[in-house]
Amino acid sequence: MNATTSFTLNGKPVTVASPRDRMLVWVLRDELGLTGTKVGCEAGLCGACTVLVDFEAVLSCSTPLGDVAGKSVLTIEGLAHDGKLNPVQEAFQDHHAFQCGYCTSGMIMAAWAFLKKKPKATRTEIVEAMEGNICRCGAHVRILDAVETAGKAMGGAR
Amino acid sequence: MRRRDFLQGVAAGTLTFFFATPLGAAPIVPTRPGTYPEDFNAYLKISADGRVSCLVGKVELGQGAMTVLAMLVAEELELDPAQVDMVLGDTDLCPWDMPTGGSLTMWHTAPVLRGAAAEARAVLLRMASKALGAPVSGLTLKDGAIWVKETPARRTTFGELVKGRKMERHLGKVKPKSLSDCTLIGRRVPRKDALAKVTGAAQYAGDLRMPGTLHACVLRPPAQGQTLVTADTSAAERVPGVRIVRDGTLLAVLHAQPDTARKALALALVKGTFEGPEPDVDDVRIYQYLVDKAAPGQRVVISRGDIAAGEKRAATVVEGEYRNAYESHATLEPHTSVAKWEEGRMTVWASTQSPFVFRDAVAEALKLGQDKVRIIAQFVGGGFGGKLVGPGAIEAARIARQVPGVPIQVAWNREEDLFLDGYRPAAVVKLRSGLDAGRGAITFWDSTVAGVSQGEAELCYDMQSNRYQAPTVPGLHPLKVGAWRAPNAHTNAFARESQLDALAAKAGLDPVTLRRRLITDARLLRLLDLAVETFGWEPAPGPTGRGIGLACGAWRQGLVVALAQVTVDKRTGRVKTERFLEAVDVGLVVNPDGARQQVEGAITMCIGQALSEEIHFKGGRILDKNFDTYLLPRFSAIPRIQVVFAGTDTSVTQGIGEPPVVPVAAALANAVFDATGARVTHVPFTPERVLAALKLVPAS
Repeated sequence: MNATTSFTLNGKPVTVASPRDRMLVWVLRDELGLTGTKVGCEAGLCGACTVLVDFEAVLSCSTPLGDVAGKSVLTIEGLAHDGKLNPVQEAFQDHHAFQCGYCTSGMIMAAWAFLKKKPKATRTEIVEAMEGNICRCGAHVRILDAVETAGKAMGGAR
Repeated sequence: MRRRDFLQGVAAGTLTFFFATPLGAAPIVPTRPGTYPEDFNAYLKISADGRVSCLVGKVELGQGAMTVLAMLVAEELELDPAQVDMVLGDTDLCPWDMPTGGSLTMWHTAPVLRGAAAEARAVLLRMASKALGAPVSGLTLKDGAIWVKETPARRTTFGELVKGRKMERHLGKVKPKSLSDCTLIGRRVPRKDALAKVTGAAQYAGDLRMPGTLHACVLRPPAQGQTLVTADTSAAERVPGVRIVRDGTLLAVLHAQPDTARKALALALVKGTFEGPEPDVDDVRIYQYLVDKAAPGQRVVISRGDIAAGEKRAATVVEGEYRNAYESHATLEPHTSVAKWEEGRMTVWASTQSPFVFRDAVAEALKLGQDKVRIIAQFVGGGFGGKLVGPGAIEAARIARQVPGVPIQVAWNREEDLFLDGYRPAAVVKLRSGLDAGRGAITFWDSTVAGVSQGEAELCYDMQSNRYQAPTVPGLHPLKVGAWRAPNAHTNAFARESQLDALAAKAGLDPVTLRRRLITDARLLRLLDLAVETFGWEPAPGPTGRGIGLACGAWRQGLVVALAQVTVDKRTGRVKTERFLEAVDVGLVVNPDGARQQVEGAITMCIGQALSEEIHFKGGRILDKNFDTYLLPRFSAIPRIQVVFAGTDTSVTQGIGEPPVVPVAAALANAVFDATGARVTHVPFTPERVLAALKLVPAS
């Protein structure tokens, strides 16, 4: 039952011995100690657990470990390099685009996945892209501003 | 009590009535005896290397306490807020404090902390004066160093002066800097929690990873209020690594992996039987239920003037019934605690708004002395009143007591969080009121209420007679209720401001003119003008079809004027908020960006309150299990938001968590009326309720 599964995590190869039907979020948090990815609903409804798998945003609470075998997984912990924040993180920091911070990792990952594809997005497109992520504190306006700013920083000035 | 008397009462120090709540209504922040220490060393520690730590019994919920409190200390000690290390919500380390709620941090704690920092500054300057042989007046203080102005080489540092010891010198009350000398207060400063939160490093209770931790999932009854009688755990016990702990009616499945513990319950490997009555009521019949149950216990809690005489003088009379559903706090981080029983002491790392209340509750549940319990608050993933109480922390502690030395994590899942929450109470407000022939005076205002109490029912409007009846009925609510951000105030403001809007429309007045005639407080009048001007609104008697609604509200002395603009799809009943402005007067704004965040957040949160959030239930069974039916506002629901603060010359700060919540639903309901002529009176005004209200609009 505990076959090993190998994948790339934040740029480094990892192998874990966990059931392949175990949800990725638990493998990340419980087994690999990466607790930046949060658990909010366990049903794919809130986006707090968003990570990137081969550069696509996925909900790690609803993604079995087996699905990421051989793939590349990126979590919030893997975004900054050598102490330099990723443009989305930087924009969230500058705009204070969070309050409690519990949704923030998922927001940043969802925004990053989206902006990688479409840095020149319109406000409406950003709203659509972020619709699956819930913020309870009401930082929405700042989050949208931050995603816009990050898009511009990524060369997507409109 | 009228607002003017209210203000005088506050000035005279009579704060207690604010907590007076009839039985069966929403509890406000619980009072308990306790005082702030007078020794500033309780709040400030200077280490040998000169770092300044600030210890406060409040917690960081996202509201920015960590940043704004550091600003206050930094202001007095001439530091950058980044140079102040905040230690929050640790009951062993921090001085006693009230819960983090009720907008009390800036109101209660901030002046104490500022005073402590001011005294520390004065003491440090005297110590430096002695060490440097120069008068205090000739010294300069900056970034943890003190030097002689004329000869900067003659300098010393906080670290050298204090040498890591407690500062023994005391000067009693020292006045904080005057506002004109302040360089930080009123300026935007970076949030201290920003880096941790954008990198995923911020640690919440569920992120603690103590070796040997067992995750505990508790067997829940199907209905609120029921308790466990018998349990068959034999199937679960066959799962490798599973442990069962039972303490009275509490039964938990423990496993090293959180998801495995959960699965044992989900797969019905534990079967329980439960007992307890279920109320015969549901989310549709709840309003009549409350009215009927409240009726025999109604008592008059506000009484001024002669209602009957006022009614005779009225030329325009409006009758209204305003309702709101149960609403969950639905913090994105569900209640989570980790407890460990070791050497006769219980330590609980908790997601809490009330470390000291949790400490006392855990001590009571375990029959321990308060000194045997330590609560350590972590970053909290949202509170809104929901984490003022800590049943999850008590569960964790009860389980941990049975497995000494093992850290026990209890992290509720979404279904448990919705099931176990203490909701914003459902309520019915019946209102009759009248306007005189000159359309300048409210001749009578008569409220009969079930579900909440009179908190913030009155605003500074001139009303010739006023009566408010609310019940004293223990156990009025069939579901568990609690304090939901600005408790009572939003229910009362929704009724009052909707009713005023209806009176204005019926009398052919625009909503601004009516309020200008009624408002007795210059601050609120100025705020109304500020809101109307900033919005660029030319008010006219409604409905105008433009969809603009006005509402005013207060929390303590914090005042808010809200203006909403909506569009209504008459075919589907869907309300879309296009624009929302709040003008806010909370006295001195210490951290403008932090305050703005609170207002933006309150508006956004209450768009959910007004339009979609409702707990559905049948008996004690909560039908909402997750965010597929419990509908929080998402990005597409967010309007253009404007926030404007009143200019002020006061140095008193009111706190801002609650005030901006108060008038939101009312402004939206009034905007729906202005758009369509339909009066929505039931929060949330879902598409179905809007369609029903539209049907009542007479064809023009």
